[in-house]
Amino acid sequence: MSRLAEIVSRVESLAADVDLESVRRWKAERPGRRAIGHMPIAVPRELILAAGMLPVGIVGAGDRLEIIRGDAHFQSYICHIPRSTIELALTGRLDALDGMLFPSICDVIRNLSGIWQLLFPGRYVRYVDVPQNFDPAVGGRYWRAELDALREDFQRMTGDPLNDESLREAIAVYNENRRAIRELYAARSTAPWSFPTAEMYQVLRAGNLLPPEDHTALVRDYIREAALDPDRREEDRSRVVLVGMFCEQPPIGLLLTLERAGCWIVDDDLLLGLRWLVDDVPLDGDPLENLTRAFLDQHVRTASMYEPEGRRGTWLVDSVRARGADGVIFCAPSFCDPALLDQPMLTSALDRAGIPHTEFKYSEDTGQFAVIREQAGTFSDSIRLWSET
Amino acid sequence: MTAESTRAVEKERSMLLQKELIGGHYDALARAHEEGKKVVYTFVPGNLTELLRSFDLLPVLPEINALQSGMRRKSAEYIAEAEKAGHSEDVCTYVKCDIGMLRKGNVGPTGQTLPKPDLLLLSYTGCFTFMKWFELLRQEYDCPVAMLHVPYQADGRIHGHHLAYIVDQLKREVIPQLESITGRTFDEDRLRESLGRSAAAEEDFVRVLESAKHVPSPVDAYFGGVYYIGPIFSAFRGTAEAIEYYRVLREEVEARTRAGEGPITPEGPMGRERYRLVVEGPPNWTSFREFWKMFYGEGAVVVASTYTKVGGLYDRGFRHDPARPLESLAEYCLGCYTNLGLPTRVELLEKYIREYRADGFVINSVKSCNSFSVGQLAMLRQLEERTGVPGAFIESDLVDPRYFSAANIRNRLESYLQMLDQKRAAGAGR
Ligand code: SF4
Ligand code: SF4
Repeated sequence: MSRLAEIVSRVESLAADVDLESVRRWKAERPGRRAIGHMPIAVPRELILAAGMLPVGIVGAGDRLEIIRGDAHFQSYICHIPRSTIELALTGRLDALDGMLFPSICDVIRNLSGIWQLLFPGRYVRYVDVPQNFDPAVGGRYWRAELDALREDFQRMTGDPLNDESLREAIAVYNENRRAIRELYAARSTAPWSFPTAEMYQVLRAGNLLPPEDHTALVRDYIREAALDPDRREEDRSRVVLVGMFCEQPPIGLLLTLERAGCWIVDDDLLLGLRWLVDDVPLDGDPLENLTRAFLDQHVRTASMYEPEGRRGTWLVDSVRARGADGVIFCAPSFCDPALLDQPMLTSALDRAGIPHTEFKYSEDTGQFAVIREQAGTFSDSIRLWSET
Repeated sequence: MTAESTRAVEKERSMLLQKELIGGHYDALARAHEEGKKVVYTFVPGNLTELLRSFDLLPVLPEINALQSGMRRKSAEYIAEAEKAGHSEDVCTYVKCDIGMLRKGNVGPTGQTLPKPDLLLLSYTGCFTFMKWFELLRQEYDCPVAMLHVPYQADGRIHGHHLAYIVDQLKREVIPQLESITGRTFDEDRLRESLGRSAAAEEDFVRVLESAKHVPSPVDAYFGGVYYIGPIFSAFRGTAEAIEYYRVLREEVEARTRAGEGPITPEGPMGRERYRLVVEGPPNWTSFREFWKMFYGEGAVVVASTYTKVGGLYDRGFRHDPARPLESLAEYCLGCYTNLGLPTRVELLEKYIREYRADGFVINSVKSCNSFSVGQLAMLRQLEERTGVPGAFIESDLVDPRYFSAANIRNRLESYLQMLDQKRAAGAGR
């Protein structure tokens, strides 16, 4: 097996690891190890790591689990990710986790934190309410207190002090990890034929489960090996940015379908929690203060975060330009309020900038892609014509 | 005039007062810009009415406009308009109803055109959608926005840093913006006076809610309750008019209690009280009367509801406090019902079921509102387990008539009430 094939097979099996076998193995390597799960988007993974615990990103079960008990907890008009996440928990698949963090992405995840409290009393659960005020004296002061509280929780849990030195180390590890992920995104944008999205997504997604140092190495191995693969040849296709997938994950088949329909995906908002901070967090000085400030100033622009300047969509237009994309595909989970309420604002920003777009919805367990394929194909053809004229 | 007819006239007084209050407010809004007054759009949960009034600002509450559009049967057209403009079928219908109304000329419930906002005060309390809603309005109006992020009470406690965060935002974000649009400086004494008036009205409001502990209950705390919350949840908290309204209302309710009378329904006084229910979730507005009739027609009275707590949990002891003006506003925001974690919501409902001696409870799960609805099935099971009282689960929507199926809801309710009868008969036979 080639090195690349090995990497791909590893990340595929990690993406299919709904039982968290990899986390169990990691914990079994040394007794007393702990792991903390978190739902998509912003959580301070650095703090978890600094406490000697493994941060584990939980993104539902996709199309890999039959939902039997989860549906009894959610009405039909609620998105799919909370169903499969509850199913995972009720079937003991998340038992390897010593706690769960629920970040403030929307009211579904918010209330899921409450369902967790009702169904699993005694387990560690915390709702992580990220500040929407970015003034250091206001939102910063609040966020610092939240991080202090988290630090205290973790200290209580492990029985060990969480000191500044270990936090600084954890920040350095994540700086490096995010750098590697940025390299991956840059490499794909330059040569998308070498980094097909369905594959590179699973490389990224491995970061939900692996210790960050391992993930960084894996990402860099992948970048090197995929670029060297002689079978991956340049091909002229339309270049698109994909938006709306920051929480409930698309089935792999959907990503494959989009590229088979004739586009290269050159940017996306998949798994933003793994790349929440867009720049390095400084290592000098008080590490918790640095982390606090980074969440205020360096967070990703996405639907769940307030834009004080009211310029919704500028980041999307910038991304389209920076990646040399021809258009945007909005691909949001059904019933996803953040993505769907954001969309009209983003489309007007694109319209003002003369950037074409199309849209459709999915569910993590969607199995039929014919319609999407056709629509994406038509869109791709039209924007290629557009960019050639 | 006989004693009987005097009481009949008095029964109407609170309704007339409320009508006058609301009518007067819409008149004032219609004239606002002509008269040089400024207008602030904001939300019901976590509203800062006293603070706005201390600057002589006039509040507009788009949620109330949306529900009024629902009651006036305009919402279907407005929602269609918003969907035509690219808004998803899947999202909260209050937002779409508001945007549709705006596109159709922004004519309010009294037929007068609403003034444009001079400021959008985004009280981000208990609902994620609020943020998106005002971001969307900002695009339509191009006016400043003041954001007030109220952290969620996931563990049911108000933490010191949550309180400080809100007070900091009031001082550094909200008040400066209010000063800037009005050209005035913040007058803390005026705010204190207003908060004192709030507390006085809150006292009487709570008496009205708690009158439902009496058997038979003199009020319906859900269908009737949505009228009672009107002034205090909207533009009138902190005004002398609100004090007067709640005083009159309380007297009316006390008179009904003394007389052993039940609630007044749209068809007159309700017949014999047969079932006492607690309701969780907002009502449907497009078929409000039909929905209500499904209850009172069967002799079911709602003795406590959570919807009447979205603008504050006064019945659990909260009062605005003039001695700590900003802190008190912050506590108020934190404590609104939809800002509470699920375990706290379950505890509250459990207390209502016990304290109000309810025979059952009904969850009206509305499609629009993730804030309310996500977790209601788990709440149902928990409540049944904890109280031994069976619950009913019905589904509808706020202002989208496509999601109100009268036949389904009626069937569900009827069979639920029959089940309560059977349970009662079995209990009596034991
Ligand atoms: S998919 Fe959207 S609505 Fe569902 S939990 Fe995620 S962010 Fe919330
Ligand atoms: S989601 Fe619920 S609380 Fe939020 S605006 Fe809609 S109806 Fe109101």
